[in-house]
Amino acid sequence: MASTTTVHGKRSDIWYGPLLTLDILAGLAMVVAIWAGLFFAKEATNLAGDEQIAQRIFYFHMGCNITATLGFLISVIGSAGYLVRRTLVWDRIAQAGVEVGTIFGFGIMVTGAIWAKPTWNTYWTWDPRLTTATITILIYLAYMLFRNGMDNRHTRARFSAIYALFAFLSVPFTYLSARIFRSIHPVVFNGSNADAQGAFSIGPTMGQTLLITISCFTILFLALFFHRWRQLSLEARIADIREELYQ
Amino acid sequence: MSRDLLGGLLGEPVKMRTGGGFSAYMRKAFAVAAKDVRAELRAKEVASTMIVFGLLAVVIFGLAFDLRVPQSAMVVPGILWVIVLFAGVLGLHRSFGAEVDRDTLAGLLLAPVEPSAIYFGKLASNLLYLFLLELFVLPVILVMFDTNLFQFHILLALFLGTIGYAEVGTFFAALTANSRARESMLPVLLLPVMVPVFMAGVSLTAGILDGRPVSGLTTWLVILGVFDCIFFVAAYWIVDLIWDGI
Repeated sequence: MASTTTVHGKRSDIWYGPLLTLDILAGLAMVVAIWAGLFFAKEATNLAGDEQIAQRIFYFHMGCNITATLGFLISVIGSAGYLVRRTLVWDRIAQAGVEVGTIFGFGIMVTGAIWAKPTWNTYWTWDPRLTTATITILIYLAYMLFRNGMDNRHTRARFSAIYALFAFLSVPFTYLSARIFRSIHPVVFNGSNADAQGAFSIGPTMGQTLLITISCFTILFLALFFHRWRQLSLEARIADIREELYQ
Repeated sequence: MSRDLLGGLLGEPVKMRTGGGFSAYMRKAFAVAAKDVRAELRAKEVASTMIVFGLLAVVIFGLAFDLRVPQSAMVVPGILWVIVLFAGVLGLHRSFGAEVDRDTLAGLLLAPVEPSAIYFGKLASNLLYLFLLELFVLPVILVMFDTNLFQFHILLALFLGTIGYAEVGTFFAALTANSRARESMLPVLLLPVMVPVFMAGVSLTAGILDGRPVSGLTTWLVILGVFDCIFFVAAYWIVDLIWDGI
């Protein structure tokens, strides 16, 4: 937890320097990601016209995808950690993971919809991945609303951890059900889908670009995550102090 | 057990036996369910609301789609499952919400029974209300949409789907009972988790109504069955955590 003391009227905070560095790094990382996605990567060979240009959004789509998944994994770990250890640190990790993960989840939706229009000629389909991603984001939006409705910090932490774990159980079922429905989403990394549309193969520069953009998005994720986590820790500290004062 | 049921409904006190054993556990869960059904028979506030809402929804959907859809059988699968989900939410939140409103939840939790037995008792009474709702809604759909849903596989899917819905719904009702605005919170938490059941139910109902071969549709029944089993185990395992702070 940050220790803030007043020295000669100046605020000193041990996290100030590291976080500022991380912020600058994240800003630079976004510049690098845009450069890599738009200029460094060579054009997809088997596509033409709008599809070829639109394919470049894939790098940002994947960047959001990896970081959103990371956020949701962190939230599951935080939820399980809270139920085992019963300390609010874990709860704050879960909350920050959900909140930052949801932002990147909206990133997946927006980039995916923009990419889908030239490639699939529609913004939206009920493809398994689209369905699962949407439902997962809705579950986490519900999670955030649910947290708002409870006042006691430990009850809130326990109930939202239980909800996160319970809701997480249904995600594979959603994917499976939607998979049996139908699928036109291209499987890029393994497996082949005969009905997939808009598929392309990963060439050498594509693999490198993907690695660069995913790393850059991860740095951005970490910066946002630590800021939110620290903010929640400070909030908890204020609540503690307030409890002491008004007792 | 049938004597207990009659006694429970007539208002005789249910004998509470302490001690372990599966049959003792079942009896405790049954006592909670009998209490709920007895309260419902006297107050008539949960099942009746669900049923009236369900019938109303059939009529509203009938008005909405009349003359707009070439064949009513096209929209009936969706209508059936949407009504079950939405009317179900009305009753589910009352199962624990009523206990909180009347300040009886603490009393219920102080009873010498395992928390999971309370959960299973509530689950049983909710299942009863949901099946009752379906019993009223299916014939009305038959009349309004001229679509016969009384077919073995549709009824089986409805049976399995309702069990899964009641399991998760009762669990979330317990979870939201103490939060502010629980009436609006429960559907927001519940519906995204019920998507697999909804998709499986709608696809299977549509497949049967379209006359597709049953062999290709059994996957949906398997999904519903596995969903029921996994959430049954998960609820039994996690439900103790809900009340461990009280």
